[in-house]
Amino acid sequence: MRREVHRVIKVEEIKQEAEDVFTFYFKDDFCSSASPGQFIMVWIPGMDEIPMSLSTINQKGVSSITIRSVGDATRILCQTKVGEKIGIRGPFGNGFTLKGSKPVLVGGGTGIPVLYPLASRMLISGVKPAFILGARNVEQLLFKDRLQEILDDLIISTDDGSLGFKGYASDCLSQLLREKQFDSIYTCGPEQMIVSVFKEAEKRKILVQASLERYIKCAVGLCGSCGIGPFRVCKDGPVFDSISLREMMNELGLRKMDPSGRLIPIEK
Amino acid sequence: MSKLSLAVELAGLGLRNPTMNAAGILGMSSHQLKRLYEGGAGAVVTKSLGKQPRNGHPNPTIVFVEGGIVNSMGLPNPGAEYFKDEIKRLKAENIPVLASFFAASIEDFTYLASLFTESGADALEINCSCPNVGREKCMLEADLESLEMVTKAVREASSLPIFVKLTPNVANIVEGAKVAEENGADGITAVNTLKALAVDINMRKPILSNIIGGLSGPALKPVALRCVWELFENIEIPIIGCGGVSNWRDAIEFLLCGASAVQIGTALMDHGVEIFKEVNEGIRRYLEENGFGGVRDIVGLAHET
Repeated sequence: MRREVHRVIKVEEIKQEAEDVFTFYFKDDFCSSASPGQFIMVWIPGMDEIPMSLSTINQKGVSSITIRSVGDATRILCQTKVGEKIGIRGPFGNGFTLKGSKPVLVGGGTGIPVLYPLASRMLISGVKPAFILGARNVEQLLFKDRLQEILDDLIISTDDGSLGFKGYASDCLSQLLREKQFDSIYTCGPEQMIVSVFKEAEKRKILVQASLERYIKCAVGLCGSCGIGPFRVCKDGPVFDSISLREMMNELGLRKMDPSGRLIPIEK
Repeated sequence: MSKLSLAVELAGLGLRNPTMNAAGILGMSSHQLKRLYEGGAGAVVTKSLGKQPRNGHPNPTIVFVEGGIVNSMGLPNPGAEYFKDEIKRLKAENIPVLASFFAASIEDFTYLASLFTESGADALEINCSCPNVGREKCMLEADLESLEMVTKAVREASSLPIFVKLTPNVANIVEGAKVAEENGADGITAVNTLKALAVDINMRKPILSNIIGGLSGPALKPVALRCVWELFENIEIPIIGCGGVSNWRDAIEFLLCGASAVQIGTALMDHGVEIFKEVNEGIRRYLEENGFGGVRDIVGLAHET
């Protein structure tokens, strides 16, 4: 069987991360051999199929996705119980490439869990990353405990100042870069945050890898529905490096393809 | 020694080689189509465009099956008006463009044909064979009478080469092709996807939101080859072969059966845009090794007795 084929997995365990955020653990061989940053398509029969990045990869054979209830499909998914079935296909996309010996990871909101498998992989390869954990408030600091367990250099940033640095994660990064040297930045989160992180990195000539999100249909690079500039998020991404990011600056944070293929403004 | 030329003349279009993408494959923007051309395609085909923007069907819109994929995208497209500028951008770089389009009335077919002609498209491809919107009773999966009216209307509205893309979901594909030919079509694209379904035994439900979709990929190839064969025996206008071309051997098979060019779609999933270069290099090698002077020399060669 190929990883592109639809299959059904059983939910082994569920962890509530915040009021509206849940992590679903399951076993799947293809996901076990995924790269950090890759995503799967999650099928809710009669409703939708949506892309979700893996938030755990092969911890004793178990992988996970972390979902915020934001629309019809995610609301239904978040009501799934242990033992119930979810349809998946994948993993798809390129994932992160491990580069540099002094990396800093910047995660915002549901972008944080996407970076968790990357941090784990870095530790295995002997690299100790710094990690900026950004959220609106302390309740939305996803994966804080899990990251604290494995990382020495964890920096908390909340928009409202309810814990750690007060302000945006990108501002927190600016401050950190004034104090310490890093040779690579990995980021995932709201697109405006990614834009700010990238601009800061460009100023200091530090290479970035950013995981982006678009409306994905086929997930295998055929239909073009997830286009950004000359790229397809599902196949050329979802992770893009600085060279690619520079090529999409007239769309990044500004415009996105809607389901019909028209570029529409991104609400800020 | 200079390389053997793969240039072809297709219904008046001069192309650097006989390959293009199938409609619906990476045709959502000029950016994507330009990338196909840079990957080596001889021409590019737009996503099938309608008068209004269309979101298409809800996901899942694609399912992987043995020998290919079944899709029911449901003709998502940004709309003809929006796409005018995309075509102009491609023409600014001298990229040959086939505008693929569909409509629900003769009036709209006429309107769209004029619009794409004005935008500078090099040719038109009428999509009257998408299997995924049948319930809407558009002029898709067209019956012979509609096919006649549509071809005639587009012919009157445009002086560009017109290709009519036909469905394999008919008992006799030659009938439709003849109607198209008699009413002014300059070529036939054969074929669109084959109606299909995929079901999941654990969910006990069809996977596609639209239930029924269209099969493409290697499993479709023998059907498409048969259609091209029958068309070559019965019509005079050139044929663009489409259905499961995954490598240069497949392309040669289509040419031998009577296609003057081939479209590639599903194979991009595994091979990326580089497939155009691979297919073209393979065709060139085959022609050189077998002593042929050009692509034209092998079109329909398998029919010779």
